[in-house]
Amino acid sequence: MNALALPLARPASVASEPARAKPVIRLEAVTKIFQPRGRTAPVTALADLTLDIAEGEIVGIIGRSGAGKSTLVRLINGLEKPTSGHVIVDGVVLSELAESDARTARRSIGMVFQHFNLLASRTAAGNIALPLEIAGVAEAEIKTRVDELLGLVGLSVERDRYPSELSGGQKQRVGIARALATKPKVLLCDEATSALDPETTGQILQLISRIRDEIGVTVVLITHEMAVVKAIADRVAVLDEGHLVETGATFEIFAHPGHESTRAFVAATAKVDMPDVLRTRLEAEPIAGGATILRILFSGPHATDPILARLSRSTGVEFNIIAAQVEFIGGRPFGNIIVSVPWSKQTIDTIQASLQGLGLSSEVLGHVA
Amino acid sequence: MSPEIVYQLIFATGQTLYMVGVSALLGTLFGLPLGAFLATSKSGEILAAPAANAVIGAVVNATRSTPFIILVVAIIPFTRLIAGTSIGTSAAIVPLTIASAPFIARIVESSIREVDPGLIEAARAMGATPMQIVRKVLIPEALSSITLGLTLAVVSLISYSAMVGAVGGGGLGDLGIRYGYQRFMPDVMLVVVVSLIALVQSVQSAGDALARKLNRRARHG
Repeated sequence: MNALALPLARPASVASEPARAKPVIRLEAVTKIFQPRGRTAPVTALADLTLDIAEGEIVGIIGRSGAGKSTLVRLINGLEKPTSGHVIVDGVVLSELAESDARTARRSIGMVFQHFNLLASRTAAGNIALPLEIAGVAEAEIKTRVDELLGLVGLSVERDRYPSELSGGQKQRVGIARALATKPKVLLCDEATSALDPETTGQILQLISRIRDEIGVTVVLITHEMAVVKAIADRVAVLDEGHLVETGATFEIFAHPGHESTRAFVAATAKVDMPDVLRTRLEAEPIAGGATILRILFSGPHATDPILARLSRSTGVEFNIIAAQVEFIGGRPFGNIIVSVPWSKQTIDTIQASLQGLGLSSEVLGHVA
Repeated sequence: MSPEIVYQLIFATGQTLYMVGVSALLGTLFGLPLGAFLATSKSGEILAAPAANAVIGAVVNATRSTPFIILVVAIIPFTRLIAGTSIGTSAAIVPLTIASAPFIARIVESSIREVDPGLIEAARAMGATPMQIVRKVLIPEALSSITLGLTLAVVSLISYSAMVGAVGGGGLGDLGIRYGYQRFMPDVMLVVVVSLIALVQSVQSAGDALARKLNRRARHG
């Protein structure tokens, strides 16, 4: 196999300039309609989906269950053909290949599964060797490559263990090594961390991110968890009922979610929220002598500035911080603060105007007595 | 018991082991691919051939529903074609094989159907051909379960082999009928039954041990 002759490391520059690199995956007006047996109404799983994924990019595709994620996975790896439109992976129009050519083409896409899908009858090393055996690689070469991959995912010691003797995180490391065995251009992760606990999820995501940096593989993360996307994706695509409703840089999607579905995902992942005690007392109308609850989102160049202190000085208003957090998304700080300020129309207007002047967004969540 | 009877017992044990051993081997040789085909050829499966699946399934069912003793006599012309004769221990292997192959096929089929469909999906995503999926994924993953099923098939064969005395097949069962029953020798009958119990018991224990060794699913640490 020609692809196996490539060195393990690809130039790092590929990963650093994803926007300019040529697309590895190109979905052109892809529509998939299923005609279920027994029922008359056809189901549109994906409608007119167009998306380019550049080489070395980590793209998160997020959607609720039933949004069309599974169909999209099977279209990208060529196990399903679109009703109309084209799926192009690494320059090959996957949607037009005959089955035998499609099988060869699938080797340029490595898949990582939610439930690992490892063979219980094979050791860690044996599982990683499977795609190489299928591709007809010589035995000696398989051994070298398997050792290399075990090292890459940090499982050299566990090479002769069976899946039943490995933890969930270790199993997924085997899954990732197996997916990378044939040196694919694309690593397609289908809910790869959804069966893992949060700590292991973090480790697996860091591993995926590190692998992208080291070998320049393009990563597609299909998930229903915004936290996964937030952790490592460069770019996000939001699927909703078969439609691609929003795409953009991860940070932009978080800072300025456009679609209602995106907002729901962002809200679900925000760790900053009002305590229930306060939420139940919240009123829509201002209350004289009461307080107003404001959410301020810090992003952009002023995210790390001491905004509240300055605002307090310039307006003479005393802020009461209810909840606050600063996190890093795509390497950029993103702050989320909930404050309470004594109600007066003028005060609130002044605060919102000054925040807007700094390029920060704020939102009145409600009023309390 | 006279030395003559002891000799007969040893000889009959040898005949049983020979008939059961060879027909189990041949039955597996035919049954394994047949079972693998049945497990993967329904519509929408990796080797989809629904018509062939239905035909082979029907033949398998027909063979399995024919009482063994009827099968033995019904296929006498076929036995003569294969073995050159329809009488004797070697000739008895033909009906024993024909009875065990469909049984083994169904066992293999159900074992393969228990394999996690996610593994088929993973292998397909790797670009595996249907044959590669059968050889490298389905059979190895189902092997422990197949081994248990084969044990069951061998035990059934031991029981079937008692009936081939009808065509001069010999063996322990035949000895029990001829000496123990027809000649009123209860001690011979007892020895035959105890020998058969010991044989079945050791086959079962060996099969269980092998299946346990092959099963990597539940082992920890």
